Amino acid sequence: MIDRVINSRGFDNFDFRFIGLVFAILGVGVLSIYSVTHDQGAAFPFYAKQLVWIVLGTVAFLVMWLSDYHRIARLAYPAYAIILILLAVVLFEGRSSRGAQRWIPMGPFAFQPSEFAKLVLILTLAHYYSEAPRVGWLQRVVLPGLLVLPGLLLILKQPDLGSGLSFMAVYAAMLLMVGMRSKAIGVILLFSLMLFPFAWELMWGSLHDYQRQRIMTFVDPVYDPGGKGYHALQSKIAIGAGELTGKGLYGGTQSQLKFLPEGHTDFVFSVFAEEWGFLGVLVLLILFVTLIWLSLEIVGRAKDQLGALLAVGIICMLCFCVVINIGMTVGMFPIVGIPLPLMSYGGSATVMTMASLGLLLNVKRRRLSFF
Amino acid sequence: MATAGLQDSELGELQRRVVILRIGLLLVVALLGLRLWHLQIREGPYYRDLSENNRTRSVIVEPARGLIYDRNGVLLANNVPSFTLYVSLEDVKDRDLLVDQLSNLLGLDAALVRSKLTARGSRQLPRKVKGRLTLREATLIESHRLDLPGVMVQVESQRNYPGGVTASHLLGYVGEVSPEQLEKPEYADLHQGSIVGQYGVEKFFDRFLRGQAGQKSVEVDAVGHEKQTVVVDQPHAGDNLYLTIDARLQKVAENLLGEETGAIVALDPRTGDVLAMASRPGFDPNILSRELTPKQWTEIVQNEGRPLNNRASQGQYPPGSVFKVMMAAAALETKTVTPSTTIHCNGGYQFGRRLYHDWKAGGHGSVDLRHALVQSCDVYFYTVGQRMGIETMASFAHQFGLGEETGIELPSERVGIVPSEAWKRKAKNEPWLPGETISASIGQGYVNVTPLQMASLIGTVANDGVTFRPRLVQAVLDRATGELQKRVAVPKRTVQLRPEILPIIKEALAGVVKEGTATRAKSALVTIAGKTGTAQVAALRAGPEKDIPKKFRDHAWFVAFAPVEAPTIAVAVLGEHMGHGGSASAPLAKELIEAYVKLDLPASTGVMDGASAKKEDAGGREPDDRSGD
Repeated sequence: MIDRVINSRGFDNFDFRFIGLVFAILGVGVLSIYSVTHDQGAAFPFYAKQLVWIVLGTVAFLVMWLSDYHRIARLAYPAYAIILILLAVVLFEGRSSRGAQRWIPMGPFAFQPSEFAKLVLILTLAHYYSEAPRVGWLQRVVLPGLLVLPGLLLILKQPDLGSGLSFMAVYAAMLLMVGMRSKAIGVILLFSLMLFPFAWELMWGSLHDYQRQRIMTFVDPVYDPGGKGYHALQSKIAIGAGELTGKGLYGGTQSQLKFLPEGHTDFVFSVFAEEWGFLGVLVLLILFVTLIWLSLEIVGRAKDQLGALLAVGIICMLCFCVVINIGMTVGMFPIVGIPLPLMSYGGSATVMTMASLGLLLNVKRRRLSFF
Repeated sequence: MATAGLQDSELGELQRRVVILRIGLLLVVALLGLRLWHLQIREGPYYRDLSENNRTRSVIVEPARGLIYDRNGVLLANNVPSFTLYVSLEDVKDRDLLVDQLSNLLGLDAALVRSKLTARGSRQLPRKVKGRLTLREATLIESHRLDLPGVMVQVESQRNYPGGVTASHLLGYVGEVSPEQLEKPEYADLHQGSIVGQYGVEKFFDRFLRGQAGQKSVEVDAVGHEKQTVVVDQPHAGDNLYLTIDARLQKVAENLLGEETGAIVALDPRTGDVLAMASRPGFDPNILSRELTPKQWTEIVQNEGRPLNNRASQGQYPPGSVFKVMMAAAALETKTVTPSTTIHCNGGYQFGRRLYHDWKAGGHGSVDLRHALVQSCDVYFYTVGQRMGIETMASFAHQFGLGEETGIELPSERVGIVPSEAWKRKAKNEPWLPGETISASIGQGYVNVTPLQMASLIGTVANDGVTFRPRLVQAVLDRATGELQKRVAVPKRTVQLRPEILPIIKEALAGVVKEGTATRAKSALVTIAGKTGTAQVAALRAGPEKDIPKKFRDHAWFVAFAPVEAPTIAVAVLGEHMGHGGSASAPLAKELIEAYVKLDLPASTGVMDGASAKKEDAGGREPDDRSGD
């Protein structure tokens, strides 16, 4: 109770900047979604739905910001158990879309447990490392690895390659940040190399044909413009056609004419880049980099290891999603359905990302708890 | 506080490692930025080009084909909207799959669909796969359009012949331009899938009727569906044609032939205007203008009645006694005989060891020229022919337009045969036999003519020796300028005869109808002059006509003009295997002439009552159908 009194001094300048950046990016996202989908004539168009998600996300943001992250972390294991159950449910009861079964229908909307699984995993791992001293590679690597594994397998089974990769990225990043001796890193590398064929088998075997093709034709999409590399090529055309200043709002013919698939979700960056050009893209990148820069500052200011680990996990997840998403739209990475945080249309992703950012800001706020 | 695991040293360690993250982040973002700079700045123009091509497609807009009217403005050929299936190759992702889908949905032959898609031509232009979709087929395609990338259903105009089989040989039909045609210079501005005339007036006047295709630049989405039209290069509709035929008379002529095989040609001898040109059996150009399967096509081509043959301009028959009209004129001009010269006919003409029979067993007795024509005495003309010789006969036949094209504006006119020594050497590499001159003098043997040539011949007689080139189109309306271009009638030739000769022959021909072999053509309405002819099919004839199998019966000819005093119509009737000209063909000619008189035509030199005049059908004026005798 006492910390709440001490801590009740309200927002500071940092919070304002942080929240301002978040909403600026959200706004750019809504604008791009509006640009692609405004003429679809739906009764409840995507951009309007996205605004609803942002309102819900703001609620989640506030809840995660203003509660005690220690309390939230204590719920990590039960939450992880629930998520595992939901991921299992989704395999049997879920709604399919484009060959993957990722959603649990909830009235007119659908809920995507794999998105929330990422945040819960961060909480779980942070809680695991901070609740007791973890020493030795068994405690530091193998046990948390076993913790990650069931969730990872369930997600890959859907299959959701993007979320699966995010899962592994979070695990790897937290492992690195927790710190390992060079010897331990060497062992892990050795093991990884030995396990790689099996892991590859598991990964590759769990992929759908369309995903394999996407990865295989990643090498040269121009080779087959009508076929497998189609999405990648159309995305590159959209971005390149933006040139320096872009084609202006609604001017993006690639996206307006539906050459670009998924313009409101995974390829929202391409839409933005076509309409606003290289200058717009630079501004957007600066927004993202500044947001992450501020977030990293929170790690430095974290009072305890739990807070620092939570912050690191969340930042790594965000970074990973931003980099992979933009990387795949510009043709640097294969297309693995990873949405662009805060910009891509999607209820679960938007709410989860905003909740994560709330938690992140919570870590900074809590640094004064003991003083 | 749940900070049991708090370890200051580790927290500090962790916070120090944030630097790694910062460096990593900057590196990765710098890489992304470089990549974006490369895409948007260095290669930006290239991608901008790609995106422009992505969104626009060139779509051909087919022109409306020119309309065809009869001389009174009755519509003979127009265009009706129909659905056409196109495939834009650029948007097709899996061609084999699409071929399967289309052949399943529409029940088309998969090989045919494939050949349409793989035919040579620009990739940018959509390929026409099937025309004349039914509403059901069009709906089926539209409802599957998301599964059929690149497939579009366009509304286009389809050639339509309201009269069905009426004037089918004359009008012809249209069809897709063939790959062989596309190689030719006159089809140079066309493309695969263009509709061109393939027969009849449609073919001969195709460059007028065709029009000029336009092009649409349409913005399309990734599945090839039109979103909006950007630029339109307007198509130019083809010119309208006003024919010389009278649809009412044409119908009468066709009904007269009925189920019989044969041809009827009616000309205005003063201008050469073709008033009617019927050939039976006919075909429905509406069916032929659709895409036929190879099987349907084979059926039509191999049909024994050869319905695609325009017997009026392409059928070649011995003229029989009709030839005597020309023979009589030649005999008088060469002074082989005078009108009063008599020749005795005892029913046969002995030449060498062979006896050439007259059609009348007992003979006609002593006959002069008029009598010889009126009763169609063979022996008289055997004698005359023998005296003139084949070369003289041939030169007069040529003067009357035999053995050469009449110049009618229809494709593939046949010229028939005017035999001569030179001809036989060339064609058969054999010397001319004297007996063959005798056969030729009554239009048998090697002599071959078309019904159109016969109509032209009798028209020349009626018109006092002046031949007009038969014409089918009297005016062309340029739809772009609205300019009506009238085509003038051109005299082709004047037969070199002394002026008193043709009146003698005309009088004799009037006698043929009045008291001779063609009394069945006698009309209460109008004076008719004519000449019967019976073209022998089988050399040996035994027994009465009705016992002979139909295909060995003779062809029945009758040529006529009316009114005798001032002829306005010249008619040739040919009935294949219908027997004697006097009994079978003469009544048909009479009915046609009577129908013509009853139509009470405006003076045919007045061309038209203007482009907009549209007299609807002739209604009750048509005589009842009859099926020959």
